[in-house]
Amino acid sequence: MSLQNLLQDWSRYRKGREEGGFHNYEHMWGMSIDLNKCIGCNACSVACYAENNLAVVGKDKYEKHQAMHWMRIERYWDEPDLGEGRVSEYQQHGASFLPMNCQQCNAATCEPVCPVAATYHTPDGLNAQVYNRCIGSRYCSNNCPYRLRYFNFYSYYEDSWPEPLNLQLNPDLSVRDKGVMEKCTFCVQRIRTAKDKAQREHRQLQDGEFTTACAQTCPTSAIVFGDMLKMYDPNSTNPSSKVIELWEEHQVELGVTEQEKHNPKIRGYRVLEHLNTDPCIMFLDRVREV
Amino acid sequence: MSKGIPEDYSKDINEDIHWAKINEDVLRSMENPRMGYWIAVGVSLFLLSFAVIAEIYQYNTGMGPSNLNWPHMWDLYIATFVFWIGMSHSGTLLSAILHIIKADWRKPIYRFAEAMTTFSLMTAGLFPIIHLGRLWNMYWVIPYYSDRGIWPNFRSPLVWDAFAITTYLTSSALFLFVGMIPDLAICRDNAKGWRKKLYTALSLGWRGDDRQWRNFRKTYLLMACFLIPLAVSVHSIVSADFAMSIMPGWHVTTFPPYFVAGALYSGCAAIITLFILLRYFFRFEEYMTIAILEKTCKLTFAISMVWTYLLFVEFAATWYGPDMVDKELLIAKFTGPYSPLFILMVFLGSVLPFTLAVEKLRRNIPVMFAVSLLLNVGMWLERYMIVTPTLSMSYEPFSHNVMWPSWVEWFILLGSFGWFGLLFLVFVKIFPSVSMYEVKEMIFHRRHLANKEIAAVMHRRLDEVEKKPSTSTTEPGLEGA
Repeated sequence: MSLQNLLQDWSRYRKGREEGGFHNYEHMWGMSIDLNKCIGCNACSVACYAENNLAVVGKDKYEKHQAMHWMRIERYWDEPDLGEGRVSEYQQHGASFLPMNCQQCNAATCEPVCPVAATYHTPDGLNAQVYNRCIGSRYCSNNCPYRLRYFNFYSYYEDSWPEPLNLQLNPDLSVRDKGVMEKCTFCVQRIRTAKDKAQREHRQLQDGEFTTACAQTCPTSAIVFGDMLKMYDPNSTNPSSKVIELWEEHQVELGVTEQEKHNPKIRGYRVLEHLNTDPCIMFLDRVREV
Repeated sequence: MSKGIPEDYSKDINEDIHWAKINEDVLRSMENPRMGYWIAVGVSLFLLSFAVIAEIYQYNTGMGPSNLNWPHMWDLYIATFVFWIGMSHSGTLLSAILHIIKADWRKPIYRFAEAMTTFSLMTAGLFPIIHLGRLWNMYWVIPYYSDRGIWPNFRSPLVWDAFAITTYLTSSALFLFVGMIPDLAICRDNAKGWRKKLYTALSLGWRGDDRQWRNFRKTYLLMACFLIPLAVSVHSIVSADFAMSIMPGWHVTTFPPYFVAGALYSGCAAIITLFILLRYFFRFEEYMTIAILEKTCKLTFAISMVWTYLLFVEFAATWYGPDMVDKELLIAKFTGPYSPLFILMVFLGSVLPFTLAVEKLRRNIPVMFAVSLLLNVGMWLERYMIVTPTLSMSYEPFSHNVMWPSWVEWFILLGSFGWFGLLFLVFVKIFPSVSMYEVKEMIFHRRHLANKEIAAVMHRRLDEVEKKPSTSTTEPGLEGA
C-alpha cells in the first residue's frame, strides 16, 4: 500500500452516489418472483436456512424480532372492508404473500452508509456483505427501505446447532458470530462454485446450470433466477436466460424509476421503485378475482 | 452574599468586589470538598457502575439483551449520543460566539460551560462505540495506513462523525485549556504540594507580561473563530447521520439547522442547571448573579423559539409534501404508540420555555432549576423521537414494530450521566470553574464605564480620545497572576 495506490484509487472514493442501471459487470444476477404462483408455503425460507447456515433463534427471540430469515414470506391480510365487506370470508381470500429477500439494488442505499465499506457491489452485480469487515454499526439495516438486513444480536452457533446438528452446516460458507450484519447473498457460494467449474472446463456459464436455494426449492417455480447481462449488453457473450425473457415480457427495466403499465397482462414491478434503489428482483403482480 | 439583602437585578456583577477576593473565592471553591461533594461523587460512581456492568454484559453477550431488534437497529444509544453532542454546543456558544460579539456577561459562567462542552463530548463519543456490534474493531473507522489496503468508506456519515467528534473534542479541550492559562498561573502562585507541580506545568510559564497577554488574546480569538464554524459543522454532520439516509422522518433537509438549534437549546438549559448548582454549592452568588441567569434564560428562550420554528417547518414540509409514508409517520408520531412521548416532547420543548419569558419565574431559582432539567428531558425525548418512530414505522409495513429498551440500554444511559458528572466534579476541584482573570476584566470594565473619560477610550471613540488622551489603558487583572 503506497500513497500512489491511494491516489490512483481515489476516483473510487469520489463517487458521489450509487448509480442505477446497467454497469459493465461480468454478470448481472437477477430474479423474478411470480406472486400468482406463490402459495406462501415458506419452503424457500426453510431452504435458505439450510443453505446459508442461518441461525434458528427460538421462539422468544423471534417474538423480539431478532430472527435471521434472509428469505421471508411477508403475509398481508386484506382490509376487512375490501371487496364487498365480507368479513366472514376474510380468511378465505384475504391473504397475500410477498417473498422478500435482498433486492440486490443497483443503487443500494446500504452501500454508501457503511463506515468501513463492509458492503459493496461486486463485479457480479451483487450487493455483497463482508462479514469480516463488518463492525456492526447497523446503519445499513436502518437505511434499507426493505428492511432486509439482519443483525447477529447474539452468538447463535452454540444454541442453534448443538451437537450433532453442527454437522448439518453448509461447509461452503461461514457461520456468523455476534455483532455482524448479514443478508441474502443470492447464494454467492453457489455462484462461485458454478463459475469455478465453468472456468475449469473452459466454457461459458450456462443458464439454469445452478440456481439459488429458494428458486430450487420453490414447489410452484415462482422464483426464477439467472444472469441478466445479455439484456443490457448486446456484446456480451453470456447466454440469454429465462429471467431476461420474463423481464422483457413484463417490460421491467433496470435504471427506470417508475414503469408505466397499461396492459393488464403486463404484471411486472419492483418493490418501492420510486425510491430509485433500482432493485434486481422483479415481482409479478398477483391477479385476483374481486 | 449575606441573606436578606435583595439582589440588584440590574447589575450583572457588583463593581466593588476586590480582585484579591475574587482569587480567594475561586481558589476556595477548589479545596476542602464538603459532604455534598462526596455524595455527588458517590452518586456519579454509582450510576457509572450500572453502565459498566451493563456494558460488560453487552460486550460478552452481543447486542441482543438491549432489546435492539429488527428493525430497531439504533435506539437509545444513538439518541443519547445526539443528546450529549447537543449538550456540548453551549460551551462554544458562550465562550466563542459571545466572546466575538463582546457580550461580557458571559465571563463568570463560560468556564464551566466550556468544561461541559469537553466532558459531554467525552460522553457522547462513547456512545457510537458502545452501540457497535463489534466494538473491538472500532478503529477501522479511522483511515490509518493499513497493509491490507483497506480504507474506511468516506461517503458514510458515520466516518464523518468520527472525524467531526475527534476534531471538536481536541479543539474544545485545547480552547478550554488555553483560556485557563492565566488562571492556572494564579493557582500556581497560591498552591502547595502536588497542585503546585501540576499548575506549574500547566500554566506554561505564564508571568502575565505584556507580550504574553497580547499573544494570549490573539490565540484565544483565533481559536474562538475556529471553533464556531466547527461547532456548527459538527452537529450538522451528526444530523447527516439521519438526513443522508432515505428513511421517512430522517430524510429531512432542515435537519442540520434544526439539530444545531436543538443542540444550543439543550446546552443552554444545561448551563442553567449547572449555573444554579455551582452558585449554590460553591456560594458563587456574587459572580453568578441573578442578572446573568436572566440573560442566560433569555438566550435559552430565543433559541427555544428558533428550535420550535424549525420543528414546525419540518411538520409543515411533511404535511404539504408529496411523501405519503412520511406523512403517515408524522400522523403516527401524534397518534401512535410513541405519541405520549412525542406530545410530551413538543410540550417540554415548545411550551415550557415560555416560563423563561416571565420575569418573576426567571428570578426564581428553584423554578428555573426544575425548568432547565425539564427542558433537557424534552430535548432528550426529541432525539429519541427522531430515532425510534422512523425505525418502528418505515416503508416496509411488515417490519412495523414497537420496541421498548431493556435495562441494558437504560443502565448505559444512566451511566453516561454518572460519567459526565464524575468528570465535571473532578474538574471543579482541580481547575477554577470561574474565570478569575475575566471576571476581573469584567469588573474593570464595569467600574470604568461610569467614568466618561475612560469609557470613551474603551469604546474607541477616537475623536474624543484625541481631545483628552487618557492614561488608564493598562491591561486588567494582572495583580493576582
